[in-house]
Amino acid sequence: MTLPDVWFLLIGLFFTGYFVLDGFDFGVGMSLPFLARDDTDRRVLINTIGPVWDLNETWVIVAGAALFAAFPEWYATVFSGFYLVMLMILLALILRGVSFEYRHQRPEHTWKRAFDRMIFIGSVVPAFLWGLVFANLVRGMALDSNFDYIGSFGDLFNAYSVLGGLTTLTLFFTHGVIFASLKTDGSIRVRARRLAARSGLVTIVVAGSFLIATTLAHGNALSTVLSASAVVTLVVSYTANLRGREGVAFASMAVTIALAVASLFGALFPDVLPATNDPANTMTVQNAASGHYTLALMSWISLVFVPLILGYQGFTYWIFRKRVTRSVVTASAH
Amino acid sequence: MNEILSPLILSRWQFGLTTVYHFLFVPLTIGMGFTVAVFQTAWYRTGRAHYLQLTKFFGRIFLINFAMGVVTGIVQEFQFGMNWSEYSRFVGDVFGAPLALEGLLAFFLEATFLGVWIFGWDKVPKRLHLTAIWGATIGSIASAYFIICANSFMQHPVGYAINHAKGRAELTDIWAVLTNKVALAAFPHTLFACFMVSAAVIISVAAWHLHRNQHLDTMRPALRFGLWMMVAAGALTILSGDQLGLAMVETQPMKMASAEALYNTSTGFNASFSIFTLGTPDGVHELFSIRVPYLLSFLSTHTFDGTVEGINNLQQQYAAAYGPGDYSPIIWVTYWSFRWMMGLGMVAILIAVAGLWITRKGRMPENRWIWRAATWSFPLPLAAMVIGWVFTEMGRQPWLVFGLLKTSDGVSPGTTGVEVLISLVAFTAIYATLAVVEFRLILRAAQSGPDEPTKVDEETGELLHEATVY
Ligand code: HDD
Ligand code: HEM
Ligand code: HEM
Repeated sequence: MTLPDVWFLLIGLFFTGYFVLDGFDFGVGMSLPFLARDDTDRRVLINTIGPVWDLNETWVIVAGAALFAAFPEWYATVFSGFYLVMLMILLALILRGVSFEYRHQRPEHTWKRAFDRMIFIGSVVPAFLWGLVFANLVRGMALDSNFDYIGSFGDLFNAYSVLGGLTTLTLFFTHGVIFASLKTDGSIRVRARRLAARSGLVTIVVAGSFLIATTLAHGNALSTVLSASAVVTLVVSYTANLRGREGVAFASMAVTIALAVASLFGALFPDVLPATNDPANTMTVQNAASGHYTLALMSWISLVFVPLILGYQGFTYWIFRKRVTRSVVTASAH
Repeated sequence: MNEILSPLILSRWQFGLTTVYHFLFVPLTIGMGFTVAVFQTAWYRTGRAHYLQLTKFFGRIFLINFAMGVVTGIVQEFQFGMNWSEYSRFVGDVFGAPLALEGLLAFFLEATFLGVWIFGWDKVPKRLHLTAIWGATIGSIASAYFIICANSFMQHPVGYAINHAKGRAELTDIWAVLTNKVALAAFPHTLFACFMVSAAVIISVAAWHLHRNQHLDTMRPALRFGLWMMVAAGALTILSGDQLGLAMVETQPMKMASAEALYNTSTGFNASFSIFTLGTPDGVHELFSIRVPYLLSFLSTHTFDGTVEGINNLQQQYAAAYGPGDYSPIIWVTYWSFRWMMGLGMVAILIAVAGLWITRKGRMPENRWIWRAATWSFPLPLAAMVIGWVFTEMGRQPWLVFGLLKTSDGVSPGTTGVEVLISLVAFTAIYATLAVVEFRLILRAAQSGPDEPTKVDEETGELLHEATVY
């Protein structure tokens, strides 16, 4: 295994961290209109992710920076090629981020409703578009010899990539709803379980067909195994939720998302972005990577710091392990 | 029409706009985070309630501001790839490393510990809670260091080799990048300037309340604290700025020449520094100016008989080295931005010195104009800061990476003018709206003042009704 291969894995790991963690933040944001009956409910839901959404979002910043450092060509092509898509993701993340901080600043009903709506939009848009982006990467894009994207904006929205977008959308939605059932109590917890049972079915159908489509059109042995395992854990999560085993349901959902990301990366390897117009322009792990010095340096840094980071992030989750209840929320000033 | 839809020009506007906007919030995050940590430490050590009140009060302002720093920062990170893909391909191998370090070492620390701090008031032990605010503060200061190392590589590339086969710069020595002489001067300069910005906010808020004769027992110490912080940080900003000037003359003499609009190489007495000039906007023809002889020589070389190279001379050298072209930035921008940076900062420091004198030994002035001036002085360091960056970045032009890559060669070739126009309009609209919301919220939080001690439990020193929940 060469250093670029290692970094291909690590990039996959960073994006997995991002989708597993911020995935349930998106899900909670999207579920606000479905799960909450009143403002207290909404505050309960938002408080389940309050202490952690920022650190979860930081995973995409690290993933992006690591991509920039380890695969500058890949970073440059993806971000410029998906220009308007990235713009939409950015605008959505801006809206979501400020809303968490601003919604409780004023007591007026209209003020809070406005930010609730922005949290919803700010969660739906990236949840859909990230899937669209990754599906397009697996499918391949039209590239010139400088690796610049030469297709149109419309080309990015094809049947396969839209299915990919719906896959992340439904996965994150259900992930977030299960997270809500794990972190709340009382009637909202019951509603969350019921909603997860319904959205879980849709998720199985959508994600299942996307993974099958991926296997058929772009798969190899590795990605097929990973996809199949993802479907299995998804079903495990679904049944665990039906039985009220919230912890198992959540953990299996996290594993499902990780396996799905892994199967996409597995399907890509050893390319990072196939050129659909001319195989000579395909970007591979080798031709997109940085030099040996940079990769070796970053490997050492990651070896030291990633475990440390996982340690203190795990500690944070442990500090805030208690369920959020209506009585706790109403006792506070806002 | 083509001119208007040039992806290059639009991308430059967008980058300038979004970076300046990002940097409106960053200084307050860095400086205020530090201040809040200091107040909380004082409370931890002494247990005195007014320190806790100050911690919470400025903590609230800090948090409203923080959210904006985060969401605008993500834009920065994505933009290199979106608008400057050729640049990303060219320097990613070098430039990406400090960015990745920033994420791994700084942002994670900051985001995680800040979450613990906000929500941990009544959940974690006091000591851990104090550690959390320091963790977040150290994270934000570390992030400033790494991003400035990245920026300094663009000002003065070091620790790299050009790989001609791949047509890019490759990292050969990370230590050289992290100890770039420009970075070692620019980091303290920026950090202390950040402290000036938050000192200005503290002064302004405290003066507003004192003027109304309210919250005296918290706002009086806050005012003194802010004034001292401004004077100390101001002095350190000037000292480090002097060092930065030396580094700049050494690495980018064209920038210093443009900062003084010095066309001809001059020595000693003639290397004078003009405080103020009236002339044609390009600085070529001078009608009237106030000049301090020797000062430019001193700023550039720390000697009174040094030689400072002029624009014409440097232009010839660069044309010989890099081929035909115009190698000078827009002179009136560099000339005036350099002066405004120093001038506005100096005024802020002088106000603080005067304030220390006026309020010595517990005195409180009656004159309302003094309070007004103090209240309205808060934009001065922030403006100096932004203008300083405009100087640094525009003074580097036409280079994106000095001597290696021109700005015009860094832009994304595949991105169309229409796309960039859409994003520029979208960012402008959303940023303008958020600026209004943000400013009003901070104003409201600042004017509502700290929670009164009636809400403090006398036994434990705890504030009742902890604001731990959204
Ligand atoms: C409160 C803000 C503030 C104040 C009062 C000053 N500066 Fe400054 N200056 C900055 C805020 C700033 C900055 C915005 O933070 C910059 C932009 C890039 C950087 O590293 O710091 C900067 C850049 C900057 C540069 C450009 C470096 C380069 O492009 O390579 C020089 C030479 C100085 N400063 C010198 C000074 C001197 C001699 C000052 C006082 C007499 C001074 N600055 C006051
Ligand atoms: C936070 C403080 C900063 C401010 C206020 C700032 C401001 C600006 C401005 C005004 C421009 C437009 C210059 C022009 O087009 O003539 C610019 C360009 C640029 N700056 Fe900065 N900058 C800052 C920090 C940085 C840092 C830290 C980096 C790198 C890590 C950076 C990289 C760039 C790039 C890539 C461009 C685009 C090229 C160009 O338009 O000239 N800047 N910046
Ligand atoms: C153009 C170059 C820049 C890039 C790519 C950039 C990137 C970012 C990113 C991605 C974030 C969000 C981090 C989070 O989610 O916690 C951020 C926030 C921050 N940035 Fe920047 N930044 C730039 C300029 C600067 C400069 C010049 C400084 C300091 C001198 C700075 C200091 C900070 C700090 C302290 C934060 C965290 C506090 C906050 O979010 O307000 N940034 N930046």
